[in-house]
Amino acid sequence: MADHALLEMRHINKLFPGVKALSDVDFTLRKGEIHALMGENGAGKSTLIKVLTGVYQNDGGEIRVEGKNISIRSPQDAQNNGISTVYQEITLCPNLTVAENMFIGREKDVFVHNRRREKRANELLGELGIPARGSQMLGNCSLAVQQMVAIARAVDMNCKVLILDEPTSSLDDKEVNVLFGLMRDLKARGVGIIFVTHFLEQVYEVCDRITVLRNGELVGEYLTEELPQVQLVAKMIGKDLDEISSFGEVEEKEFSDADIFYEAKKLSSSDALPFDFEIHKGEVNGFTGLLGSGRSESVRAIFGADKVNGGTVKINGKHVKITKPIDAMKNGIGYLAEDRKRDGIIADLSVRENIILALQVMKGFFKPISRSESEAFADEYIKVLNIKTASRETPIGSLSGGNQQKVILARWLLTHPDYLILDEPTRGIDVGTKLEIQKLVLKLAEDGVAVTFISSEIEEMLRTCSRLIVMRDRRIVGELKGSDLNQAQVMKTIAGGES
Amino acid sequence: MKNNFKNIFKNGLGQLTIPIIAILLLVIFNLIRDPSFFRITIEIDNAGNRVLAGNLISIINAASELAILAMGMTLVTAASGGQDISVGAAAAIAGSAFVKVLKSGGNINGLIVLLAFVVAVIVAMCFGAFNGTLVSIFKIQPMIATLILFTCGRSIAYWINGGATPTVDSSIVKAIGGFIPGCPIPTPVLIVIAMAIIFKLVFHFTSLELFTQSVGINGSAAKLNGINSTWIKLLSFIILGACVAVAGCIGVSRLGLINHETLLIDIEMDTILAVAIGGNSLGGGKFKMAGSIIGAYVIHILTVTLYAMKVPSTDVKAYKAIVIIILVVIGSPVIKKWFAKTAARIKNKKASAPMKGAQ
Repeated sequence: MADHALLEMRHINKLFPGVKALSDVDFTLRKGEIHALMGENGAGKSTLIKVLTGVYQNDGGEIRVEGKNISIRSPQDAQNNGISTVYQEITLCPNLTVAENMFIGREKDVFVHNRRREKRANELLGELGIPARGSQMLGNCSLAVQQMVAIARAVDMNCKVLILDEPTSSLDDKEVNVLFGLMRDLKARGVGIIFVTHFLEQVYEVCDRITVLRNGELVGEYLTEELPQVQLVAKMIGKDLDEISSFGEVEEKEFSDADIFYEAKKLSSSDALPFDFEIHKGEVNGFTGLLGSGRSESVRAIFGADKVNGGTVKINGKHVKITKPIDAMKNGIGYLAEDRKRDGIIADLSVRENIILALQVMKGFFKPISRSESEAFADEYIKVLNIKTASRETPIGSLSGGNQQKVILARWLLTHPDYLILDEPTRGIDVGTKLEIQKLVLKLAEDGVAVTFISSEIEEMLRTCSRLIVMRDRRIVGELKGSDLNQAQVMKTIAGGES
Repeated sequence: MKNNFKNIFKNGLGQLTIPIIAILLLVIFNLIRDPSFFRITIEIDNAGNRVLAGNLISIINAASELAILAMGMTLVTAASGGQDISVGAAAAIAGSAFVKVLKSGGNINGLIVLLAFVVAVIVAMCFGAFNGTLVSIFKIQPMIATLILFTCGRSIAYWINGGATPTVDSSIVKAIGGFIPGCPIPTPVLIVIAMAIIFKLVFHFTSLELFTQSVGINGSAAKLNGINSTWIKLLSFIILGACVAVAGCIGVSRLGLINHETLLIDIEMDTILAVAIGGNSLGGGKFKMAGSIIGAYVIHILTVTLYAMKVPSTDVKAYKAIVIIILVVIGSPVIKKWFAKTAARIKNKKASAPMKGAQ
């Protein structure tokens, strides 16, 4: 077995101030294998990847590639040893062209051969079936294409070990299939792929082996066919399964017109075409559709995040004007943005400051929340939402993705909204936290809060929403509720056709 | 308060470590070189007041304008991620306006001085708003936007008093630039303290600090949380304008005249330097105003030390540059990381040593 080992990591330890992120973790990757690395938030997946790619230095343990001991002190070292990574958040330069992004930092020649570079890029993109041209600005491509360009870059570096950290979180199904095709292709060529994801179905679709981490420790390595999905989840969260399976169907609720909290007619913004929409108190609804179908743009229009062009909005039956986020907030609307890193966290500020931010803005410039009051708020929500942080004064940027998301949730919960819009609140976070967030949504609805819940996992939406609005090509093409709320019907509506 | 001290021992001074160490080193160096360097004496000045004198006093006094400008510059840097290079020129305009009003009446009394000061503040805030508009609404890079006023500011100052450099002869103005009768502390120093207190109060009674940092760190997220980032950036420039007016009026009062060509000349770069020495990122975001104030004093101790060592005035700038390179490099993220690693290693060794003993 060990003969085929492409990459061996033994007894890896990593310490952070106050936290032991990895303790004595082993990991083995074989040639021509797709290996899933699974675990909850803060289980140590990202840390392990970063140790392997030289972003962090390990505090003990050894790494072998093809039997040779290597030391990885920088990302350059990792690349020289044939280890390439595509990170969860896109780390390319949006203001350069696709071709430049693919070859930047890798050319030994002093002179830049633009045309040759673009030609090579176009060949590779064509080979991989990526809908982009080498001369295009990367920033003008969709998030999904940007991700694929990052993968193409790694592929072109003739890597032995390819690490894909949440590559599918911003891709739609079709793109995921293209990616999987590509992964299988690479696997046939003998590349070892480490696949980090939160989508369990994808793991079972494409992976040969699964390694599970929990709280910085190794739980075990399993062959995919020998580990049923339920057991995988149990190993990841280390909890009884009853809790998960007790998550029943959403009960039917009847809403009358008198319960309407928010109502928009012909609402449009710079990014969203005119649409009608209403939501009742205590209702959970969802927007669904493929990437670029306009679901995020629509909810941004509701919140006034983009320039609002027209339409009338009523809240509790009264006409209101919402053109800026602050207008929406004053009317009791909260909005958790899709891109946590870009639109959510204030990375250098503490967890406490991040939590009170929205409430502080609502209270106004001249009524600052006192230090002791803000500390009390922070402590309360750290406890309620079970946020894992060294202290309330820790910069939010150093928290794991799921915990950052919880802080942003806390920020909006603290404003006690009547209507909360959650755009992809579960993207890039682990199963346990996903369940926590879904439960929270249902609890909020019970308390009479209207919630719009957007997720690219349809299952998740079916579990939480009592009404689904389906969008295609920036228009609402259907509204599903009651018995129509099932995967098949949703798929059909998204895809269009006879429905 | 007790907790604050405890935190300092536990976590170090954080961002303020470098500027405080720099100031301590300079003080120790001077004490070794000349033990009487920091001696403070009480002298009788020309007006017959008993006043404090000595190198230390003159350093603290001379750094006043720089310290005040550094306070404002910290905010602009944090909010806009850029710097205002027009503060010297804008101070000349404010100073000219101050003198223009003083000279317009007959007798200079307290009321006229106050009026002149208010006019100077309003004028400087208007120019601050001009810079701020270019930066926040038209999204021009701060250095380019303020280059305009940097270029034309001293010409505008020239026009205000018709090209003359009028002198102001008034005991009140003298007191602002020197000493208030009966008070041994130089008035500019008192003004710095007052400004620091005002900022402290503003930070306490408004959300300026939180909003400015949010806008500077992640403008997009700040916007989606309802913060009007355009207004916050504009506000930072307007506040800097007020600081510029105060610094300009002190400068004029010291000399008793306005020289639009030389008033606070070249101070913009020292101001930016003070902010940097204070450990603030010039790319914006998190800030500590105390750091910038200490930075201003570091620059002046350095200058005075060099002069005291009889370094020719033509060479002073070169020596200053050397010390500043050292400071900036020590404060750089690379060296900081190295320090943190070394500290952790020593800590680990200490922790593992007794364990070995037990085995």
